[in-house]
Amino acid sequence: MNKDSKSNILIIDQLTAGFGKSEIVKKISMQVTEKEITALIGPSGCGKSTFLRCLNRLHEETPDAWVHGKVNLNNKNIYEKGTDPVFVRSQIGMVFQKPNPFPSMSIYDNVAAGLTIRGIKKKTYIAEAVERSLIQAALWTEVKDKLKSAGTSLSGGQQQRLCIARALAISPPVILMDEPTSALDPISTAKIEELLHQLKKEVTIVIVTHNMQQAARVSDQTAFFLLGELIEMDSTKKFFTNPKDPRSENYITGRFG
Amino acid sequence: MKSPYNLTEQSFNRKLKNKFMKFIFAFLTVLALIPLFIIFLHVIKSGINAINYDFITQLPAPAGQPGGGIANAILGSITMVALAAIIAVPLGVLGGTYLSEYKGGKLSSVFRFVVDLMTSIPSIIVGLYIYSVIVLPMKGFSAYAGALALALLMFPIVVKSTEEILKLLPTNIREAGLALGIPRWRVIVSIILRGSVPGITTGVLLAIARVSGETAPLLFTAFGNQFWANSLNQPTSSLTVQIYTYAISPFQEWHEQAWGAAFILLLTIFIFNLVARWLLLRNKNEYM
Ligand SMILES: Nc1ncnc2c1ncn2[C@@H]1O[C@H](COP(=O)(O)OP(=O)(O)OP(=O)(O)O)[C@@H](O)[C@H]1O
Ligand SMILES: [Mg+2]
Repeated sequence: MNKDSKSNILIIDQLTAGFGKSEIVKKISMQVTEKEITALIGPSGCGKSTFLRCLNRLHEETPDAWVHGKVNLNNKNIYEKGTDPVFVRSQIGMVFQKPNPFPSMSIYDNVAAGLTIRGIKKKTYIAEAVERSLIQAALWTEVKDKLKSAGTSLSGGQQQRLCIARALAISPPVILMDEPTSALDPISTAKIEELLHQLKKEVTIVIVTHNMQQAARVSDQTAFFLLGELIEMDSTKKFFTNPKDPRSENYITGRFG
Repeated sequence: MKSPYNLTEQSFNRKLKNKFMKFIFAFLTVLALIPLFIIFLHVIKSGINAINYDFITQLPAPAGQPGGGIANAILGSITMVALAAIIAVPLGVLGGTYLSEYKGGKLSSVFRFVVDLMTSIPSIIVGLYIYSVIVLPMKGFSAYAGALALALLMFPIVVKSTEEILKLLPTNIREAGLALGIPRWRVIVSIILRGSVPGITTGVLLAIARVSGETAPLLFTAFGNQFWANSLNQPTSSLTVQIYTYAISPFQEWHEQAWGAAFILLLTIFIFNLVARWLLLRNKNEYM
């Protein structure tokens, strides 16, 4: 794919974040290209989740959390004074490590939640959005005859695709995923990886993964984090075949992490 | 090095110990259930004969006369418990939500302390309090006063059970809501509370069952009445106070009717508990 024809939908500039006295994410600057998959990798505890949660302003919901720096979404800083974090989150969706369908809600209501709870009433619009999102999340054929069943009645892998559909229903241009397959079996994981390939035609995805093979398989760009710093970011192919930083090379070859 | 023989002997020993402990626990459980069964059987045996159509549709007969019923007491109990629930359930759910979703504030720890304290106030003191602040100034016993006393007892139970139920939902459910661009208060109302309706209902039913059996707070708030209460502003009969009045009377007919009322009360409480458990079991997978 020709990278030059695409723009950078997210431009992160000197992002620093932490909890209380500890600084977890250190002066990170990077760009996320539109309609590509960007993978964030790095050893456990290096701040990948914290960084990711800064991108949709979810980080600030944790007690003691703080952030400095800029995150530009389509050239508009989401941390600018007066910007509503609620609006930011409607533009940048998120899928979590553990599937978390809303309790006591049907499959249909789960997917529709982002629309209905926000007060959208138009039934046909909602029904279309639900069907479209479930198709996009490769779950439609499995659930179309039981949309009224509880979301929690699905298998783990199905629940995770339900959560992806839920995020897609409000049509955010960007979706963040924090280790979305780490709680799933290999078959469910393969399904989700396959689905990511389809999804990136329409949305930009930033995905944290512990699994280097997964990063190599699904992503276009890979960013390597270590102790809260961005060590190296490059196209996935270059990163895995020819890393520039010796620390990246050590990590890829499994010498630590 | 241990021989295989030794290993099997160990596992044999362990299995025996397991079996033995299991037996002990089962035995103790049965032992604890025996008094409960005896009470149940006794109430059923003594009360069942008093139950007939008149008993649940008629007013009490004059003292010493046979027949009559406790319809006014049944209605009084239903009215006061319902009124108490109307007051205590919304406030209790609100309070429990506050404790679970806005923890960390100074106000919330004060509130938590007050609620804990309320849970441990003896019910007769709640009755006494309502007597002095409502009954005396209003110059009369009333269903309002009785309901208020019951509401005071219900409130902390509902707060506590709501808080516990909401805390069962993992944090990432809340985050998933926020991540959809939904404001926090809407996440709480439309996702957290809505998703916890079965659990909260269980708590409410248990609280209702719990206060339905209270006598002390009604004694000098609603007092009692041998007739229908024409309004909420009059002394009102209740099952528990009626049981008390009949039980300490010298009349054989009233003793039998006290057991009949006890049977109805116990049955109601039992059903409330059963429905509450059933609701919780049916929705168990939501919380696991
Ligand atoms: N709520 C919190 N309060 C204080 N410190 C926290 C909090 N959450 C995370 N941390 C700390 O921040 C650091 C980075 O955590 P983070 O979850 O971002 O790492 P990660 O790279 O996503 O790790 P993993 O791969 O294990 O998910 C860790 O050292 C962690 O202890
Ligand atoms: Mg993480």
